[in-house]
Amino acid sequence: MKKIYFKEEYCMACRLCEIACLVAHSKSKKIIKAYKEEFPGLTPRLIIEQKGSLSFAIQCRHCKDAPCVEACITGAMKRDKKTGVVSHDKEKCIGCWMCVMSCPFGVILMDIKEKKVATKCDLCADVGSPACVDACPNEALVYKESEKV
Amino acid sequence: MKKSLLFPDFTVIRDPDKCIQCEVCVRQCAFDAHSFDKAANKVETDASKCVSCLRCATMCPTGALTVSEYQQNIRKNKNWTDKQIKELYKQAETGGILLTGMGTDKDYKIIWDHILLDAAQVTNPSIDPLREPMELRTYLGSKPDKIQLKIKNEKLKIEKPLSTFYSPLTKLPPQLKLETPILFSAMSYGAISLNTMRALARASDECGIFYNTGEGGLPKELYKYGKNTIVQVASGRFGVDPDYLDVAAAVEIKVGQGAKPGIGGHLPGEKVTDEISQTRMIPTGTDALSPAPHHDIYSIEDLSQLIYSIKEATEYKKPISVKVAAVHNIAAIASGIVRAGADIVAIDGLRGGTGAAPTRIRDNVGIPIELAIAAVDSRLRGEGIRNRASIIAAGGFRNSADVVKAIALGADAVYIGTAALVAMGCHLCQKCYTGKCNWGIATQDPYLVKRLNPEIASRRLVNLIKAWSHEIKEIMGGMGINAVESLRGNRLRLRGFDLHENELKILDIKPAGESM
Repeated sequence: MKKIYFKEEYCMACRLCEIACLVAHSKSKKIIKAYKEEFPGLTPRLIIEQKGSLSFAIQCRHCKDAPCVEACITGAMKRDKKTGVVSHDKEKCIGCWMCVMSCPFGVILMDIKEKKVATKCDLCADVGSPACVDACPNEALVYKESEKV
Repeated sequence: MKKSLLFPDFTVIRDPDKCIQCEVCVRQCAFDAHSFDKAANKVETDASKCVSCLRCATMCPTGALTVSEYQQNIRKNKNWTDKQIKELYKQAETGGILLTGMGTDKDYKIIWDHILLDAAQVTNPSIDPLREPMELRTYLGSKPDKIQLKIKNEKLKIEKPLSTFYSPLTKLPPQLKLETPILFSAMSYGAISLNTMRALARASDECGIFYNTGEGGLPKELYKYGKNTIVQVASGRFGVDPDYLDVAAAVEIKVGQGAKPGIGGHLPGEKVTDEISQTRMIPTGTDALSPAPHHDIYSIEDLSQLIYSIKEATEYKKPISVKVAAVHNIAAIASGIVRAGADIVAIDGLRGGTGAAPTRIRDNVGIPIELAIAAVDSRLRGEGIRNRASIIAAGGFRNSADVVKAIALGADAVYIGTAALVAMGCHLCQKCYTGKCNWGIATQDPYLVKRLNPEIASRRLVNLIKAWSHEIKEIMGGMGINAVESLRGNRLRLRGFDLHENELKILDIKPAGESM
């Protein structure tokens, strides 16, 4: 499956990926409107880790043996057998946050706005290519077929 | 701190309707012009720190930032301009020599813009470069005075290749083969980041041209691009060892640089990181000082000794170039260099760029490259030694038309430095010497270096070289010329417009309106 990979050596911590993610998952999908009207409540679905000059953006790795899927008690978190995408169903989620606890990468976050549910990277399923990848000015994020280990 | 009399160079206008307080500008500015006030949840700007590199304005996701010139000007005065007054204040406050980067921004006449190219009409046909072959391949190096052939004892037959009947007795001196008559200028590791060098090296490899290491040595990692590398031996002798000379395609002895003729170099100790210390072969954290002269060159004979020492060291397999700044006596100097045994003479004009130079030197020393090319080419032709060396012109080439004009004036190829940097993202803020390049080019700060992705940068460089090559072919085709060889020194196809009689004389071109 296609996954988002980061290149630490080119990530400059500008956080434009984070902004693009917020906008892509906002109602209006318009940057200024999203920030001015919806902002407290929008949660980015990726995390930027930074210490000094070392930085990278990380989002759901869509693990093969996803602990979040195992931990989910309602079946809201599920893995598509065909595509391998780990997706989250808002309707089924009850906000127990076991997925948040179990994620080894810490990339499942609490959506504080919408009735306490979890939120995570959906690879911008409805748009085509992930917004964070398109927004990265330095090609530090790459959307490509996963390498077989 | 005492109150400074300096007023800012720029103002930064932030459109409050567009700013989303995302702090991208804060994170991108290495000069700390932007900051975030947590309590007020607001991004603020101190325009006095702005250098107008436009990094923030480019990266701002909403286009909320505009950088413009500071408007509150001192009473207009042609003699005492804002710039003059600011420089006086700066010196009164610091007592120091003014430093700057890039080529001069002074309003000198750009002769390129006063030279017009010819095109074929009616009596001689123009050529369509998309349908017919166009030759841009260029060989740099010494060409023999004459070619002697051995005639083999066979009867000449038209269907067999000529080499069946003749074999050359003359040995061709080593040549550099360029797919297009453009090279990347010398920029040293230290002045520019390793990522920038990687981009230049990769692009040269892909385009079949050359880049130049400058005087800062060659990082081991780039040895694999050796066949596209010209290495420099400068007055500081940084990084020169047998491997360095062996791996390169050519060796250049750097005597001078267009931005600062007669001036040495100084890479401050802060920039000498572990990697740079290894490549330059000096202790980490020590200043890298390049003396103004080579301490072993005080005459043409001394230069000849160095040229032949390097030729001996490289077993006469590589062309040796000598780079000098275009100064008043350039024609005689070039003649001396050719007679000293150089295979290539590189001449860097008044507008040549630099990572750091005293402002007064950069803005006032040297002569324009246009005049220097013409003077040198005429002199070498006059002395009958033009074939002994190739001429590379450098210093402020902005586009392919400049390249065509330079070749028509007599250059074999051109070095581009600033144009290449601009292609990679440089915005000519002239702050290279601070080491805080927000575009990740002229810096060693690990946080800033990451901003230049060599994959993107080399792609952009390749595009630039491709685009210029296409344009050169287009211009040549229009002139009815199908090989760059036929353009070289073809001053008949140039006309001067709005040029003084003396300039026309030195350029040896006719004024516009005068026929062949």
